[in-house]
Amino acid sequence: MDLLPFLKRLCEAPGLSGHEAPVRALIQESWAPLADEVSIDQLGNLRALKRGAGPPGASRKTIMLACHMDAIGLMVTQVQQGFLRVTRVGGIDVRVLPGQPVTVHASRSRIDLPGMVVQPPKALLPEGQGDGVVALEHLLVDVGLEADQVREQVRVGDLVSFAAEAVELGGDLLAGHSLDNRASVAGVTIALEALQGRPHTWDVVAVATAQEEVTLGGARTSAFGLRPDIAVVIDVTWGAGSGLPEHKTFKVGEGVTIGWGPNIHPALHHALAEAARQNEIPFKLEPIAQHSGTDAFAIQVAGRGIPSVVLFIPLKNMHTAVEVVSLNDVRRAGRLLAEFIAGLGDEFLRDLKWD
Amino acid sequence: MGSDFELLRQLSEAVAVSGDEGAVRKIVLAEIEGHADEIQVDAVGNVLARKTGRGRRRARTARLKAMVAAHMDEVGFMVMGIGGDGTLIVEAVGSVDERQWLGKPVWVGANKTPGVIGAKPVHLMDAAESEKVVKLDALRVDIGASSLETAKSQVKIGDRGTFASSFTSLGPTIRGKALDDRLGCVTLIELLRGEPLAVDLYAAFTVQEEVGLRGAQVAAYAFDPDAAFALDVVPANDLPGSDGEENVTYNTRLGAGAAIYVADGRTLHSRPLVNHLIKTAEAAGIPYQLRQPGGGSTDAAAIQLAREGIPVAAVSTPGRYLHTAFALVNLEDWRNTVRLVREALNTLSLASLKMHFENRR
Repeated sequence: MDLLPFLKRLCEAPGLSGHEAPVRALIQESWAPLADEVSIDQLGNLRALKRGAGPPGASRKTIMLACHMDAIGLMVTQVQQGFLRVTRVGGIDVRVLPGQPVTVHASRSRIDLPGMVVQPPKALLPEGQGDGVVALEHLLVDVGLEADQVREQVRVGDLVSFAAEAVELGGDLLAGHSLDNRASVAGVTIALEALQGRPHTWDVVAVATAQEEVTLGGARTSAFGLRPDIAVVIDVTWGAGSGLPEHKTFKVGEGVTIGWGPNIHPALHHALAEAARQNEIPFKLEPIAQHSGTDAFAIQVAGRGIPSVVLFIPLKNMHTAVEVVSLNDVRRAGRLLAEFIAGLGDEFLRDLKWD
Repeated sequence: MGSDFELLRQLSEAVAVSGDEGAVRKIVLAEIEGHADEIQVDAVGNVLARKTGRGRRRARTARLKAMVAAHMDEVGFMVMGIGGDGTLIVEAVGSVDERQWLGKPVWVGANKTPGVIGAKPVHLMDAAESEKVVKLDALRVDIGASSLETAKSQVKIGDRGTFASSFTSLGPTIRGKALDDRLGCVTLIELLRGEPLAVDLYAAFTVQEEVGLRGAQVAAYAFDPDAAFALDVVPANDLPGSDGEENVTYNTRLGAGAAIYVADGRTLHSRPLVNHLIKTAEAAGIPYQLRQPGGGSTDAAAIQLAREGIPVAAVSTPGRYLHTAFALVNLEDWRNTVRLVREALNTLSLASLKMHFENRR
């Protein structure tokens, strides 16, 4: 798999929380040849099972690799004189919206309409909104069509995706929207590829989860359904940049991070860190005092509880249309997962104690 | 239209911030070569082209000199410094609402080096912070360089840049950056490439409009025309108001035809020329609208005050969201602008200018 074009396709594909079908189809297409079974569950999670090579008849242990595939975006709340008013799907700083190109997934016509978010002129805004940050309720989406054309095609509840094309920056950096968390999906794909030539005894279930950005619902239900023995969540973390707290951010291109805190099983953290050390994959410990803000928060307490750890890929400008990741970091995440899985033996769970 | 569309794409996607119009100048020169009697680039970088009008020799003395101006430059930024972390510190060139920069891809320098203007993750700020406008001087352009040295190998201090936006069509409209005023440039190119007009055409592709109408001033001096027309793109503020009341301050409206100026923030346009444009449009059945008088200005302001004064008019195509990453223009409005200007030039006469000081319609 050629990572750059693959990741570009992945991040440009629509797939807002709860409506992941377009990106899921892409992921399914690339995971199917790498797995023994692929299925989609009730909430729309995509699950790819790659069986381990344990002795015949023996019950094998299972590791879940969870990476959410849903993206943040907008939803139509009102159609007004050919313009659309919108609300958020997921967490978005309203300040990055004016002038953003978007795709309106028009449900009446089933056509994807190119459009953009616009900030109305000062004279059309309420008193006091003209010079400051314009609230989302006063922004509009313009699709450049006549009012009746818009009414015939769009209805309230239609989804609006970011549409900025991905851009290659210097070094091995890629900028675009939805790299949170398609970069991790690419990382898991790399791991599945690497495992094609690597013997492993554990079953691996890669799950592209749904609805992470709004409810963590996909992780919660898929973890319950699969009851894995352990879970590794792959997500993005805050890349370092000017004006950001140094202790909470990590330089893009200098390796992955492994979460540490109440949401992370400490022994699983140590085991993953050890695999990174053994394979000379650069990583940092990422302290997380409470909620990891990832699928691990749901998976950890699914069923009777599942030992979970989070592997992070640093990403700049999170939840904007110009998120930035390093391709090398994505490859590192994929390689670390494969090495870790290949190293899992029968005794692994026995030593997995919360201490 | 196919070739115009392609030309418009090329022009829209070229980076030519005020004072650095080379990329557009190059395209313009290539497009008008062989379509004018004289072409020159003047001391400030304007492209000045003269095309003799049609008519018999004895009538030639009566032919008017008509200047038509469209500006090549666009708003953007200049690289003022490079930080130790390889990010670029920039300052605005021309007027851009600071709220438009955050979270946008940009092109920097002659080679259009791609960059992004990043934003703080929403997770790492409190509500109060998200209520504050981020000023341009607090923003950094990230070209993916991790050090000062790497950045310097791709970008120089003084380089210009602007929004990185690809040109597209959306149903009846087109969308792209810098349609203000690449659209006017294409109109002017069309006038030069078309059949000779009834006037001698003095075409000025001007520089530095966005930083003070500076190119137009010297072009008007050099041409010393009998009358002048500024072609630009005018703000269309025809959006619904947030209070649900009828929007009566729309300035111009998309789809309502070419916009004729009567007065703006710096110019009281020549009433005879305004009347000539209106009569021409009505006689030829060309949809037009009168731009609501108010602030703003075009090259017409500088041209009007050149030498001992020059009768000016301004005809613009309405465009939403000018000076942002994407402007939106109705294609039919633009075609009507081209028709109106061509028709008005072909019917321009000394008589239509004579009423210059008679304030009646």
